[in-house]
Amino acid sequence: MLQFFIRRLGMVIPTFIGVSLFTFALIHLIPGDPITIMGGERGFSEDKRAELEAMLGLDKPIWQQYFVYLGNILQGDLGTSYVTSQPVLSEFMTLFPATVELTVCAAIFAVITGLTLGILAAIKRGGLLDHTVMTISLTGYSMPIFWWALLLILLFSVNLGWTPVSGRLDVMFWVDEVTGFMLIDTLLSDEDGAFLSALSHLVLPAIVLGTIPMAVIARMTRSSMLEVLGEDYIRTARAKGLSKRRIIVKHALRNALIPVITVMGLQVGLLLSGAILTETIFAWPGIGKWLVESIGRRDYPVVQGGLLLIATIIIMVNLLVDLMYGVVNPRVRHSK
Amino acid sequence: MTMTSETQTTVRMPQTPLAEFWSYFIQNRGALIGLCFIVFIVLLAVFADFVAPHHPHEQFRDFILVPPAWTEGGNIQFWLGTDGVGRDILSRLIHGARLSLLIGLVIVTVSLVLGICLGLLAGFTGGFVDVAIMRFADILLSMPALLLAIAIVAILGPSIVNSGLALSLVYLPHYIRLTRASVLTEINKDYVISSRVAGAGALRLMFIVILPNCLAPLIVQATLGFSNAILDMAALGFLGLGAQPPLPEWGSMLATAREFIQSAWWVVTFPGLIILMTVLAFNLMGDGLRDALDPKLKQ
Repeated sequence: MLQFFIRRLGMVIPTFIGVSLFTFALIHLIPGDPITIMGGERGFSEDKRAELEAMLGLDKPIWQQYFVYLGNILQGDLGTSYVTSQPVLSEFMTLFPATVELTVCAAIFAVITGLTLGILAAIKRGGLLDHTVMTISLTGYSMPIFWWALLLILLFSVNLGWTPVSGRLDVMFWVDEVTGFMLIDTLLSDEDGAFLSALSHLVLPAIVLGTIPMAVIARMTRSSMLEVLGEDYIRTARAKGLSKRRIIVKHALRNALIPVITVMGLQVGLLLSGAILTETIFAWPGIGKWLVESIGRRDYPVVQGGLLLIATIIIMVNLLVDLMYGVVNPRVRHSK
Repeated sequence: MTMTSETQTTVRMPQTPLAEFWSYFIQNRGALIGLCFIVFIVLLAVFADFVAPHHPHEQFRDFILVPPAWTEGGNIQFWLGTDGVGRDILSRLIHGARLSLLIGLVIVTVSLVLGICLGLLAGFTGGFVDVAIMRFADILLSMPALLLAIAIVAILGPSIVNSGLALSLVYLPHYIRLTRASVLTEINKDYVISSRVAGAGALRLMFIVILPNCLAPLIVQATLGFSNAILDMAALGFLGLGAQPPLPEWGSMLATAREFIQSAWWVVTFPGLIILMTVLAFNLMGDGLRDALDPKLKQ
């Protein structure tokens, strides 16, 4: 077990170095050097330029610059935004809870609906319900989510007026930031109706973001359930006279879930990149919107740092999924 | 089981692989519908100049935001209505099909060809080359596809060519992994060893002996890659990083349509619908191809 953990951890380090090389290269590949961009239209005098170059370490050879960069990352220094002059890491930390809140809610939506639909379809195989679920799943999987978002806004916000179009909370509320998660913060505050407001802001983006993972999970659950339901031990359980409910929940679902869990882990990357589109459309103040805006403002340290952080999170999540899978399924531990 | 008893009772000519594939493929209704839709959209794209009622850029200043022909206030001249500057939406969609399919084709071809070469190299040579290529693929895979594409476009500048390049790079690891995995299962089989003994060179072994036997999963992945390419290209266009106006690209059409969401539903609805239908068609066909090319893997 320990050996498996160590081997899997060892694979993370080269990947992380590669990612840092990539983000480091990013800033050197952009047209124009950072100092010209910092100076804007007015520019800097020659002396000031040399001073800044020395300050930023741009006068050193490129490999030395990389090691400085790597050293800074390991100390938590990801550079400073050109636009706001704030450290990238602290900007990231203030915006990250919003993205986490959105992705977690989207994931909850995806898992609950996906599992339910998948199980129902497998039980009623070949029936109308099965066909409906498969159609929903295929359509969801092919959905351009930015259009899906617009359609939902058109229906629920514009025509029915049920949900707000953008943001996290109505302007009439003022909630102290405690955890950064609006749902929890509004519950902690004594403002009436703030929680409902936060919830109504969250519903549409979460559904939009959760749609593709929901489709993938529903499909995976269905095929995995169908496979398990055909096994001998299910027939045995049925012959023993166990109730249908008990067979499905206790015997079939448990075994069917193993491949589904892996698929769920793989969805994290998808959720984070889907968050870019979802946050942009719903003006959700998270890291996705922040990154897209930074690209528009040519705020390269933010782009660089943000990319590195997101990639690191995904590497970590993938590692966790693999390790969990190793715990659940002993065969994985010993292969390779 | 029914298949075997059937073949035992009736004496039939052995099917050619292509015929066998086709008989499996047409059994799948979804795949057939997908194929028909793709053929339809390809024909539209090829003959866009003849089919489209208007030029995609022509602005009819007297007909701004005309609703679709069948609704109240519609004009028979503009079936699906007009957009904010009086351009015919149907004509823009038809010309957009040309753009989307072409860019999808380029992206899939570039990533497929590069992916095959790198995958063959990794699987065939092993050792350091293998490790280096696979690490490279892992790094690309550790970043979300769209995010990586956005980052690359941020460096190169927003345009349809640059976003195509970015997406080709983003999809590369899937083809590398797939090729390498198939190469590893094939490389120790007897036919490879025998041609090696017969004196076949490395290039011949890679491309002529091994590659044809690795193609099935690659064809499936390429079809599914098409739908990803169209979807992500539209997403980039929507974010303003892909095709630039006034090009009639589906995603950027949606981006400019956002401001009319309260007043003109048709400007928002149709471009998204055509993206959804095209992507769906490619996914259906991809699933059908997978089942037909490898009946054992049937889901």
